[in-house]
Amino acid sequence: MATSSRDRKRRTRSRSKQRRKKVERPPRQPMPTRPAEERIRDFQEVALGFTAELAQKEAQRCLHCTNHPCIEGCPVAVDIPAFIELISEGEFGAAARKIKETNTLPAVCGRVCPQEEQCEEVCLMGKVDEPVAIGRLERFAADYEREHGEAKLPETDPATGKKVAVVGSGPAGITVAYELLQKGHQVTIFEALHELGGVLVYGIPEFRLPKKIVHEEIETVKNLGAEIKLNMLIGKTKTIDQLLEEDGFDAVFIGTGAGLPMFLGIPGENLNGVYSANEFLTRVNLMKAYKEEYVTPVKVGEKVAVIGAGNVAMDSARSALRVGQGKSDVSIIYRRSREQMPAREEEIHHAEEEGVKFNLLTNPIRFIGNEKGVVEKIECIRMELGEPDDSGRRRPIPIEGSEHIVEADTVIVALGTMPREFIADTTPDLETSEWGTFNVEEDTMETSKEGVFAGGDVVTGSATVIKAMGAGRTAAAAIHEYLTEK
Amino acid sequence: MYKVVSKKKLAPNITRFSVQAPAVAESRKPGQFVVIRACEEGERVPLTIVDSDPEAGTIDLIIQDAGYSTHQLCGMEPGDNLLDVLGPLGKPTEIHNYGTVVCVGGGVGTAVLYPIVKAMKEEGNEVITIIGARTKELVILEEELKEFSDELIVTTDDGSYGIEGFGSTVLKNMLEEGREIDFVVAIGPTLMMKAVAEVTRPHEIKTIVSLNSIMIDGTGMCGGCRVTIGDETKFACVDGPEFDAHLVDFDEQIARHQYYKDQECKLTEEIDKLEQEKA
Ligand SMILES: Cc1cc2nc3c(=O)[nH]c(=O)nc-3n(C[C@H](O)[C@H](O)[C@H](O)COP(=O)(O)OP(=O)(O)OC[C@H]3O[C@@H](n4cnc5c(N)ncnc54)[C@H](O)[C@@H]3O)c2cc1C
Ligand code: FES
Repeated sequence: MATSSRDRKRRTRSRSKQRRKKVERPPRQPMPTRPAEERIRDFQEVALGFTAELAQKEAQRCLHCTNHPCIEGCPVAVDIPAFIELISEGEFGAAARKIKETNTLPAVCGRVCPQEEQCEEVCLMGKVDEPVAIGRLERFAADYEREHGEAKLPETDPATGKKVAVVGSGPAGITVAYELLQKGHQVTIFEALHELGGVLVYGIPEFRLPKKIVHEEIETVKNLGAEIKLNMLIGKTKTIDQLLEEDGFDAVFIGTGAGLPMFLGIPGENLNGVYSANEFLTRVNLMKAYKEEYVTPVKVGEKVAVIGAGNVAMDSARSALRVGQGKSDVSIIYRRSREQMPAREEEIHHAEEEGVKFNLLTNPIRFIGNEKGVVEKIECIRMELGEPDDSGRRRPIPIEGSEHIVEADTVIVALGTMPREFIADTTPDLETSEWGTFNVEEDTMETSKEGVFAGGDVVTGSATVIKAMGAGRTAAAAIHEYLTEK
Repeated sequence: MYKVVSKKKLAPNITRFSVQAPAVAESRKPGQFVVIRACEEGERVPLTIVDSDPEAGTIDLIIQDAGYSTHQLCGMEPGDNLLDVLGPLGKPTEIHNYGTVVCVGGGVGTAVLYPIVKAMKEEGNEVITIIGARTKELVILEEELKEFSDELIVTTDDGSYGIEGFGSTVLKNMLEEGREIDFVVAIGPTLMMKAVAEVTRPHEIKTIVSLNSIMIDGTGMCGGCRVTIGDETKFACVDGPEFDAHLVDFDEQIARHQYYKDQECKLTEEIDKLEQEKA
């Protein structure tokens, strides 16, 4: 026996003492952010991003632990310790390329991923102090590479002569296209709207995710040779069977998201001034209603009520504030309490800073309009929390006799979305669940129809950008294998 | 890009265009529509597909200059390109042999009616077509519709051509005279469709109308095109645009049409000013 356990203990103790002494780790670096009173008057980005100095300081916080749980916490398994190391060495472009080995849209993900429940949640540093700000570092590296013109196209394998149709150009579709193009397959993207990007362009607002950045990151798939077909609603303009049988595609990936907005189903919901979050955000983001020179109208009154408390509700409330130039009174109406709000803490915090009010434990039961058919008031009822329901959250129960009136001349309903049915309706051999999502094999994302794969929100229901990309990566690997064996 | 291949003025403010859109031309059916965008800053505008030529890869659209965006569209010339044409959208008309079908068109709704008249005739129906306009020079597609109608009646509000009055009144008179009618299609201004619905309701004649709701995407994504049908909410772009006239809440539709009128007026005033400056 070489050393006693006591010796070993002593050595480790003194080593860790030494390390703690030698490396003075800086605290987690805060994100530079524009002041609330300034930012609610325009659509420019709220978070300004790290400077090189801040980034390097933050990068030094990484413990470079042996298990790197962060990589497992990431749905696309970015080699986080490696890119952070490169940042601390000042190799910013190389750091971005390291991320891009598995993540097609790093500048997007650095901005919108819920890192606090993924990589940062499991970060070892988080056990002793706050976790490393992985998301902010990811954003920094990606922005640096783009802004310094260092972005390079990845190498591609020799052409295979196989053709793949990608339906839908959200994060799932874009990821599949990117991966398969690198493998030498020919890819055509079919998109129903007039722009690529899915929710990234029509849903998530400019002040959180500038569209220029989305376009620039998506540009890569075009540069890799993807053929782009906009204004193609598959199921209407063409069917999946036509793509396979007439147009000669060897495989199809469906990444059509969950675009159908849900409503409350209460009286008065079709009054003017009641928007779905999708309609409101599409008018503002995709159709740029907030810009003078764009023709599409949008209306924001003096009192705006947003129904729901997820990320989409926060985006709607904050967009409404900006369309109203900071003059409108905007509140969230939510039937449970603060702890149950599904939105990210950061989003709730930003909304609060900007002056969004929270009307909690309150549920609308009826919209009341004026003589022009425009909403004027909402009849609401107060709620209390009862036993937990299937989702594990305490079930809200109406309090009898607590009906009251809330004034509102604009209402935005943000209750979630479901997949639309164009493809399911016209492709009878594709199996769907009772929610309208496609049933797939988990490890390949293959549907019940041969050669047809699906992933992203159309399989999971509304989820996240990075989960859609993770599904895209899984599907791309399976499609590649399918095409190679075919 | 979707090239405008031809343009023809049908009436002072109504223009017919042929536009290259091969994928739409191939798959469209009567009653379906497209959503188009003329330029980057433009709105997405829903327009009925009036006719198509799959071999030439073109679709025909008839546009009434009625506001900012349609004004912009009417100014397009052959050789110009539309930025976007998406379609065919909506459910096709249910074309069957019903027996005797009366098709009532008002204003530019006559254009929407045309493909349905044609299809109803080809299916073997006896087709009576009634088209109405405010005044003589606004009557459109009379010759084209005659070709597919067993009987064609024209009405004008001011009596300058055809029968003075409304199509709904003509239909009412026919029913009171005891004419056997099995199916009615009415397409035009919302008030006119409402009037037709009231005429056929007591006779329990199945009647459909085509709603021109305000739309953005046209693909069921925004719900801006909501309509109340009976006690259900439907999306006109996906579930329609045609609905059972006896179940439609027309007053709600009229109110929804008004919502952006003030912003639209501001824009139209701007065009007028610009044009006056030009002249
Ligand atoms: C307002 C809002 C804010 C959000 N914020 C966040 C956030 O901060 N962080 C986060 O991680 N996630 C966020 N999400 C969720 C995230 O955007 C989605 O989970 C993700 O975009 C899903 O990607 P997808 O590729 O599956 O589908 P989508 O992004 O929905 O893309 C689907 C695409 O397919 C097209 N399409 C649909 N049907 C057809 C058809 N039949 N033919 C052709 N094309 C079709 C659509 O037009 C669309 O472009 C947010 C969502 C919304 C609405
Ligand atoms: S136009 Fe958006 S859902 Fe019908």
